[in-house]
Amino acid sequence: MSATKAPELVTHSAPAARQHRVAETISRFRPAVIALLILLIFGGTTIKNSSFDGLSNIQAILSISAVYLLLSVGETMVIVTRNVDLSVGSTLGLSAFAVGEIYNHDPHMTMVVILLAGIGIGAFCGAIIGLITTVARVPSLVVTLAALYIIRGLDNIVGSGVQIEPSVIPHSLVSLGYSTVIGIPWLFVLVVVVALAAGFWMRSFPAGRELYAIGSDPEAAVLAGIPVARRVFTVFVISGALAGLGGVIFLAQQATVDSTAGTGYELVIVTAVVVGGVAIFGGSGSVIGAVLGALLLQVINQALVAAQISAFWDSAIAGAMLLAAISFDRLISFRASRALVATEGVSYVE
Amino acid sequence: MQPDRLETPITAGDATDAHDVGGYLFAAEHVGKSFGAVKAVIDASLRLTAGEAHALVGENGAGKSTLVKMLAGVHEPDTGRLYLEGSAVQLSSPAIARDAGIAVIYQEPTLFPDLDVAENVFMGRMPKRSGGRVDRPLMLDQVNAVMNRLGVRLDPNRLTRGLSIADQQIIEIAKALTLDAKVIVMDEPTAALSSAEVARLFTVIETLRAEGAAVVFISHRLDEVFATCQQVTVMRDGRSVLTSPAAELTSDQLVRTMVGRDIEKRQAVQGVGSGDVVLNVDRLTREGKFVDISFEVRAGEIVGLAGLVGAGRTEIAQSIFGIDRYDAGSVTVSGAPLKKGSPTAAMAAGIGLVPEDRRQHGLVMDESIERNIVLASLKRVRSHGLIATTLSRDFATKWSERLQIKFNRLADPVSTLSGGNQQKVVLAKWLSRQPALLIVDEPTRGIDVGTKSEVHGLIQNLAADGVAVLVISSELPEVLLLADRILVIREGRLVHEFTNAQATEEAVIAAAAGVVAEVAA
Repeated sequence: MSATKAPELVTHSAPAARQHRVAETISRFRPAVIALLILLIFGGTTIKNSSFDGLSNIQAILSISAVYLLLSVGETMVIVTRNVDLSVGSTLGLSAFAVGEIYNHDPHMTMVVILLAGIGIGAFCGAIIGLITTVARVPSLVVTLAALYIIRGLDNIVGSGVQIEPSVIPHSLVSLGYSTVIGIPWLFVLVVVVALAAGFWMRSFPAGRELYAIGSDPEAAVLAGIPVARRVFTVFVISGALAGLGGVIFLAQQATVDSTAGTGYELVIVTAVVVGGVAIFGGSGSVIGAVLGALLLQVINQALVAAQISAFWDSAIAGAMLLAAISFDRLISFRASRALVATEGVSYVE
Repeated sequence: MQPDRLETPITAGDATDAHDVGGYLFAAEHVGKSFGAVKAVIDASLRLTAGEAHALVGENGAGKSTLVKMLAGVHEPDTGRLYLEGSAVQLSSPAIARDAGIAVIYQEPTLFPDLDVAENVFMGRMPKRSGGRVDRPLMLDQVNAVMNRLGVRLDPNRLTRGLSIADQQIIEIAKALTLDAKVIVMDEPTAALSSAEVARLFTVIETLRAEGAAVVFISHRLDEVFATCQQVTVMRDGRSVLTSPAAELTSDQLVRTMVGRDIEKRQAVQGVGSGDVVLNVDRLTREGKFVDISFEVRAGEIVGLAGLVGAGRTEIAQSIFGIDRYDAGSVTVSGAPLKKGSPTAAMAAGIGLVPEDRRQHGLVMDESIERNIVLASLKRVRSHGLIATTLSRDFATKWSERLQIKFNRLADPVSTLSGGNQQKVVLAKWLSRQPALLIVDEPTRGIDVGTKSEVHGLIQNLAADGVAVLVISSELPEVLLLADRILVIREGRLVHEFTNAQATEEAVIAAAAGVVAEVAA
């Protein structure tokens, strides 16, 4: 066929394709847009409100956000595979309570055991959820909704009438909650390291890319030879483990815990992840975006407190941001489908 | 059978089995597969020699797809065995089949829209750098090399969301090529490709053969089978009924073996078109899609729209029917102007549209056959404002009999039917409205030979009954067989009009590809 002249590719209606590119670019820079929003809101609040002390408030926000950021890392991995984990709040509560109970029995327990216990409890919950989801093929929405109630029930049974008193929590753990490294809360540094590691894994490792493939088209993922069940199981274990670690952090920061710890976190986390640009039906989004989304919600929350605006507005704004994020994603896919029509105008001309 | 199927290695069989399959690169010997009570494949054998292109043909529902899925590791055979290079193999997962050197290009592209082209090509087997990271530079190099080989310019960094079906198919082919597979199965690879791309694909198949691979080629287009393949295996009703060198078969013999009966060849219908003008399209323009399209269709006339994929034929039909808007021009139906952008108005004016993609746009796949048939005629099966079960059943029964739809029960989901019968359901839906104008986009895409001629017969009878028909088809023999007049669309313009008597395959191809455009203008 060496005699055949290479056909020339002709594209009609470039404008639609360009629109598509613009939308794609905006969504690629979503983390930067969110980071900018965070700075604007924070800066605005600092300037307008003299009682809002910039530096100590940064520390406070970073400290408070740590747990949310940590959970949003695991949730991102789960949502990217077209699943969802609604059990993270309950798992966090169970882990916090169990670790507190360990201290109740032995206030001198070493930190390593405490961390392993917290992470282990979370990973165990995640493993059971992962097994039911992948082996019994029950939608994760249902499995984790059930897990949310069951684990919360466990919290209540284990924790009925028991209060973990601040006195039993050793100073080593509490100081972990408040110590800083060059002015940045130590826990926040830990969370950032976890987020960067997770983001790097998802972006640059074959198994990480396969998570996106699974969320993008689960059936095609099977045909591509991806061990779908193993990957989905793994992300639920990771999400559970991070929720367990979150329980230890929760205890370190609060120094007390009851059976309601972590209630309602799951919805805040899912909201943060979606606001951060992770598609709710999987396939796209980044850990960095999700973590920034979680931070944005916390900054808004603190700004409202500083401005002495009712907490009602906090939820309302979170809801509005969620709607805006999802509408934006829909708009993108609408543009993409228009671009599809446009690229079908491509033909070969000899 | 081991419990952890994903980890099961390719197991070598006992050597005693090998003697009768020794000379073959790959062999499926008397394999069978059932799904519940349905026997998809009863007894099929397929033997592939290195360096051959082997056609696998048969009507839809003959068991080709199930056989392919056994090669692909998606299904394991219940009976019979598979042999690779003389030893028995157990292909218990797609990954194992792929690692054994078997690549499958599926009819429906199986891509990940959120990932880019390079990732799609290598998904499930990405090359690693030291440290375990994805070796992206290597991926990009290999994808670019394959794209050059295919003569396609496709940016490996582009997301696959929004790519045309043809480009998606190219990525599927690229997957198989980067695998260096020994056995490459192509399930209807040409259905969505333009003729230039098909030509390139055939060149690639030649190269693969020269390199010692075996190519299994599945197609409903028999001319492609004869052009590409040395061997042909015919499947019918779950069995392989014939394997023969392609050169020893005629097209008629092949078709007869596929359907197990003789198909009468229809003569093209000549000279109608003296009826009243039903559809008048005047200087219709849609920015970036088509320009200045004017034509009319008369009662009892079949007009064909021919052209390359992407020339704008489907877009013209969608603008007439009101799915898309148009920027200039007008559409008149039976003398009355048609409101633009309103399928409801188009239906009220007596237009029916059988769309190109019947699964997405023509049918509600999970709904029953009955529901799908009555869907466009709900007013006729109503009683006191509610849908009356008996009226609906009678209506669906009448039309399914008239179109000879083969099904188990009317209540079965339409997704259980073969492609040909699904298309008949779509036709029943519109014919039952007794339209003045029926637009049929790719009436027989992916439909087996037997049903194909039935659909052709239906369309011809429809015209004989005085309905105006507009047929869009990428298969030229079909347009030539059906149409009284052929309009050729090229890059959004109506470049040539042929009467049935003038039209030859060569002339229409030349007009569609732009060779005679100047003469026509």
